[in-house]
Amino acid sequence: MEKRVTFSRRTIGILFAVPQLLLIFTFFYWPAGQAVYWSLTLQQPWGGGNIWVGLDNFRSILSSADYWNSIAASLVFAAISTGLAMFVALVLAALTDRQLTGSRFYRVVLIWPYGIAAPALALAFRFILAPEAGFMAVVNQAWPGFWDPGLDGVDAMASIIAAFSWKYVGYNFIFFLAAFQAIPRSLIEAAAMDGSGVIRRFRDIQFPLITPTIFFLLVINITESFQDSFGIVDIMTSGGPANATNLMVYKIYSDGFKGLDYSGAAAQSIILMLLIIVLTIFQFRFIERRVHYR
Amino acid sequence: MVERTPILNFVTHLVLFIGFVLAVAPFVIVAIAASHNLKDVNDVPMPLLPGSDFWLNIKTAWTTADLGPKLLNSFIMAAGVAAGKVIISALTAFSIVYFRYPGRTFIFWLIFVTLMLPLEVRIVPTYAVVANVLSPYQTILDVTGLSWLIEKISGVRIALSFGLLNSYTGLILPLIATATGTFLYRQFFLTVPDELTEAARMDGAGALRFFIDILLPLSRTNMAALGTIMFLWAWNQYLWPLLVTTDQSHATAVTELKQLIPNIGGIPEWNIAMAGTLIVMLPPLIVVVAMQRWFVRGLIATEK
Repeated sequence: MEKRVTFSRRTIGILFAVPQLLLIFTFFYWPAGQAVYWSLTLQQPWGGGNIWVGLDNFRSILSSADYWNSIAASLVFAAISTGLAMFVALVLAALTDRQLTGSRFYRVVLIWPYGIAAPALALAFRFILAPEAGFMAVVNQAWPGFWDPGLDGVDAMASIIAAFSWKYVGYNFIFFLAAFQAIPRSLIEAAAMDGSGVIRRFRDIQFPLITPTIFFLLVINITESFQDSFGIVDIMTSGGPANATNLMVYKIYSDGFKGLDYSGAAAQSIILMLLIIVLTIFQFRFIERRVHYR
Repeated sequence: MVERTPILNFVTHLVLFIGFVLAVAPFVIVAIAASHNLKDVNDVPMPLLPGSDFWLNIKTAWTTADLGPKLLNSFIMAAGVAAGKVIISALTAFSIVYFRYPGRTFIFWLIFVTLMLPLEVRIVPTYAVVANVLSPYQTILDVTGLSWLIEKISGVRIALSFGLLNSYTGLILPLIATATGTFLYRQFFLTVPDELTEAARMDGAGALRFFIDILLPLSRTNMAALGTIMFLWAWNQYLWPLLVTTDQSHATAVTELKQLIPNIGGIPEWNIAMAGTLIVMLPPLIVVVAMQRWFVRGLIATEK
């Protein structure tokens, strides 16, 4: 869509775009290019020259067991937390959309968790799920040694998944509810007239009509699970125990800023960038075209 | 709504109520834990009735993590990002919607691409740029040979250097450098009727006049939505402030939470930690509750 009526002073037009362009050049394109350059060279942490090494950084990363472990942990985290957050949100939104008494109230409250900073809720969950105090301690009293995120990798992963999913249920809920409410009431009433029950209507009318939202949220949740997980991991587990929760962004941070391996961190950034670009392209090409029932 | 389904209605109420409990429980637990003394908070099970040390714990957390100035820093950063986004996105959208100039489509795509890569994945080089924000331009001058030329002609050696670490500018600017708001405005500007522009032009208004007196007042709803969403997003940033503020004086409230994690060994001071968490959680929660309408609207509009 284009405007028919426009202004003719081109210089003014370009000037309006200049602040944004300067910003994205300085803080987006330059660093992104820098990351590519660094990933192909060996950088000294405090400046002072660099050596061209071609794809060596990628080779050494892709042959490191730690890195594959980090990818595996990220994928497990992404899959389980996305699945959990989306399923719970879908159920809650579908039920809220039935508009029984009190649904207004739920519509307000269920959104709250999304407003909270990931590190703040991480600290809250760290307490709630602490093995010696809080709530899992009760379980530990009954079965000693049942739960300890500080020692057991699976427990630690479960903790960060719980914290992340809790926040994103709120987010997904907003979108699912908006999608449900966009479905014309007359459609559902017509189906009810034809004798289909609530479950049948959900399966054959509402669910197909919200598939675009489902796929959209799927991509957003996976991408967010790569980035927004940093605060949760840093506060709850610091990547431990034994790297069980060393997710990709956390590894970039700890290799780059704690290990001062700029080249290795840059190469990891490039791999993560490619992963996210592929996901985004997938979203725009595939989903926007194929999944459209209206 | 259409027919009577008593059993299903019961299940609906039950499930929604469980969802409500799960959504609110962490807030309640944090508040209760923040009100106990050191012994009670570590009791198993923790007493579920509030204790009496609430204000004491809040005070201790406030001084331990030095939250006063930190909350102010968070506020400055969040407000700065929100204001910057609202203004810069409006300018850019105006430029790409209301003007025809060569390279317009190219600029559109340049901005569009920034949606793909979040700050977290290009964090290391962005940090390097912020450490000396003029380094890109220095490198360009060096590589093109311009700095050699200038040195030959004027005898002045060019060494551009301007660090933004530990400054509000360094905190704010990189967070503004994305396209989120631009497309929100673009969608809206495209729906503004052409007749309005024609009428304004006939009355002798130039581009600037039209933008300030007609377009901006019309976009107030969008500004509120975008501002709310960006304020929350910036307030909740963690990784970026953690890196940029090596000096305590510019640290934000969210990064300060790390100081409150009880150290291993000794009885963990969870009551203080939870009091701090509560303080840091509260401002965004208030924004969400007070600005719910704009928040929901902004979320849905910026993402789609």
